[in-house]
Amino acid sequence: MLRFLLGRLGLLIPTFIGVTFVAFTFIRLLPGDPAELLAGERGITPERKAEVMKQLGFDKPYWQQYLDYILGIFQGDLGTSFSSKKPVLDEFMTLFPATAELALCAIILAVCIGIPAGIFAAVKRGSIADQAIMGTALVGYSMPIFWWGLLLIIFFSGILQWTPVSGRISLLYFFPQVTGFMLIDSLLSGEKGAFLSAVRHLILPSIVLATIPLAVIARQTRSAMLEVLGEDYVRTARAKGLAPRSVIGLHALRNALIPVVTTIGLQVGVLLGGAILTETIFSWPGIGKWLFDSISRRDYFVVQGGLLLIAGIVMLVNLIVDVLYGLINPRIRHN
Amino acid sequence: MNFKKTLKATLLGASLAVIAATGASAKTLVYCSEGSPEGFDTALYTAGTTFDASSKPLYNRLVEFKRGTTEVLPGLAESWEVSEDGLEYTFKLRKGVKFHTTSFFTPSRDFNADDVVFSFERQLNKDHAWHEYTPGTAWEYFNGMSMPDLIKEIVKVDDNTVKFVLNRPEAPMIANLAMDFASVVSAEYADQLAAAGSKEQFNQQPVGTGPFSFVGYQKDAVIRYAAHPDYWNGKEKIDNLIFAITPDAAVRLQKLKAGECHVMPYPAPADIADIRDDGNLTLLEQQGLNVGYLAYNTKVAPFDKKEVRKALNHAVNKQAILDAVFQGSGQAAKNPIPPTMWSYNEAVEDDAYDPDLAKEMLAAAGVENLDMKIWAMPVQRPYNPNARRMAEVIQADFAKVGVNVEIVSYEWGEYLSRSKDENRDGAVLLGWTGDNGDPDNFMAVLLGCDGVGGSNRAQWCNDDFQALIEKAKTVTDKAERTKLYEEAQVVFKEEAPWATIAHSVVFMPMSSKVTGYVMDPLGGHWFDGVDIAE
Repeated sequence: MLRFLLGRLGLLIPTFIGVTFVAFTFIRLLPGDPAELLAGERGITPERKAEVMKQLGFDKPYWQQYLDYILGIFQGDLGTSFSSKKPVLDEFMTLFPATAELALCAIILAVCIGIPAGIFAAVKRGSIADQAIMGTALVGYSMPIFWWGLLLIIFFSGILQWTPVSGRISLLYFFPQVTGFMLIDSLLSGEKGAFLSAVRHLILPSIVLATIPLAVIARQTRSAMLEVLGEDYVRTARAKGLAPRSVIGLHALRNALIPVVTTIGLQVGVLLGGAILTETIFSWPGIGKWLFDSISRRDYFVVQGGLLLIAGIVMLVNLIVDVLYGLINPRIRHN
Repeated sequence: MNFKKTLKATLLGASLAVIAATGASAKTLVYCSEGSPEGFDTALYTAGTTFDASSKPLYNRLVEFKRGTTEVLPGLAESWEVSEDGLEYTFKLRKGVKFHTTSFFTPSRDFNADDVVFSFERQLNKDHAWHEYTPGTAWEYFNGMSMPDLIKEIVKVDDNTVKFVLNRPEAPMIANLAMDFASVVSAEYADQLAAAGSKEQFNQQPVGTGPFSFVGYQKDAVIRYAAHPDYWNGKEKIDNLIFAITPDAAVRLQKLKAGECHVMPYPAPADIADIRDDGNLTLLEQQGLNVGYLAYNTKVAPFDKKEVRKALNHAVNKQAILDAVFQGSGQAAKNPIPPTMWSYNEAVEDDAYDPDLAKEMLAAAGVENLDMKIWAMPVQRPYNPNARRMAEVIQADFAKVGVNVEIVSYEWGEYLSRSKDENRDGAVLLGWTGDNGDPDNFMAVLLGCDGVGGSNRAQWCNDDFQALIEKAKTVTDKAERTKLYEEAQVVFKEEAPWATIAHSVVFMPMSSKVTGYVMDPLGGHWFDGVDIAE
């Protein structure tokens, strides 16, 4: 197991170098530069532009900028956003908990509904229930997030007034951020009703963000289960007279879970990077929107630093997934 | 139906009441702003969203725009005098003006000349200790307005008198000083931060003299302000001001309807009718101080001939553009400045839509089978909500007169940069929103000879026009300036460096309980003087 872990960790080094290079290069390959965007329609003279680029630190040769960036990483310095003038790492740490909280709720929702729905559809293969679940999953998968989010807001917040429209907590509550996770901070604040308000604010964005992963997980679980249910050992288990519940829950599910866990791991990356639309609709102060705005502004340090951090987290999640494989399936561990 | 309406109204009222009850029956106004401020030291930035959250609630300027107009009134300066030669501006400062007392700063003195000198010197003087106090400090607005060339020095005459000495006469100087970048910050607070080695806090925890003081900012979520109890112009009627950052226009409207905020900017054009019909909402509207235009490159054939430009102008169906692009919320433009600006020349006659005449004029100019490019901006701007659509309408119009148009577009930064090129191929869709309400801010920036290769996208340098605007810049008498600008507009229309397209109308929906909100022709959002009915 240790060798397995070390092997996986060793793979992270080239991945890390690749990510720094891609993040650094891509944002600079995009046309347009920060000085032009800062000046807007008014325009900027070439002399003044050179001056601004110098002040922003973008006048140095690319290789030197890259070197500075890499050296900075080792010192825990990802540079400073030229827009907010704050260190990139600080900004990330302020915003990341919001994204993480939302992504976590969404993935829990997706797993808790997606896996049972997939199992149910597989067991009842070909039935109306199966078709209904898979049909719904297909609709969920192809749902335009913006439209879906707005639809839920108009219905639940506008017409029924059950949930708040957007934000993380009611404006009535004003307490310092301790962990950045609103559910935890609202409890720590001791303010009456704060936790409930945070939960109410989480409902719609979690549903919206969970929709696509839920559909993917349900479909993946169904097909993995179908494959496993056709295996000889399942037939044997059934022939032995085991209760259907333990055939499915104990024997089939465990083997079917491997591709499902892979899917969940991949979805975490999607949730972290792809929450931009959900964050925009629900005014959710997370990293998706932050990165998107920074790309529009050509805020190089934020983009290269933010991408690196997200990539780091995705790599970590994938490492955990790899380890989970090992736990679920000893063959992987031993190979 | 009636029951549903009553229920909705009750719930709306209840939720507004809950918001209003924040903090022991204090009055709280919630503004659903469209984006996050980049920081709070206004002079570092150029974006309106940042100004709304910083300069407007937190700071004052020596002079201020009278709310709802571009007229300049005394602000931190009680009065001012301009020397005969127009080179010296002496300001008498208001006494007894208090800076905000906050959890992070307690002022030991009132506002004085040191604060004014500090606020400008740090932008002007490259050796100033605060010139580069945080990474990437560009002072872009100050530079963009050519202040470093214009201001020779800023002198503290005594504690309550400051003198600006200029290198050349500049009639719009006073209007410039009412702009956001000219906000006055606290020199004492700066000294305190410098001593503590935390200068960067200046941009994150602001202190000003404005109607509201800074309470806190949760990035990308909420900004909180409290009414300044010792505000020199009297304490505000609302106690708390909250910006709930809500980037999506449709969601802002839902929040407004649900009573989660009282005021919102930039509604989607498609929602305007719905807002008008909602009995709980009020819709204010005002003509924006802007212009959208199509700039020919007057240096490249055949657009170097004014007959060709004029002919094409006759081919543009502005009404079709207003319908398709502005959805009725715009006004056709005939001059380079909007009608709400002083010196707008009503007498100028627009080039009427007449494709037959356009064809004849093109033929007379010897132009046949013309192929041209029209550049469409990739972004939405107040003066042009959909440049691609606008380009398509013009493409269809030009096709009718035998001109074949190819539409091109680039990423925004690239667009701005490439469109400045003097050898650029094609006509560029662009526009402008006024900074200070002075006609010079449109005519000199967009059409002056100094702007060629820069902000003058038509690359147009006309001696008559240039002489008029240069003279208007040095004369201080407004009536005389008006005459000069009116003449300049006549020259502009004859020469047709642009097809002037439209001035947009700006809408501002709010709860009908909000009173005293006045729309700013310059596009800012101000909350002093605003109240909420009980």
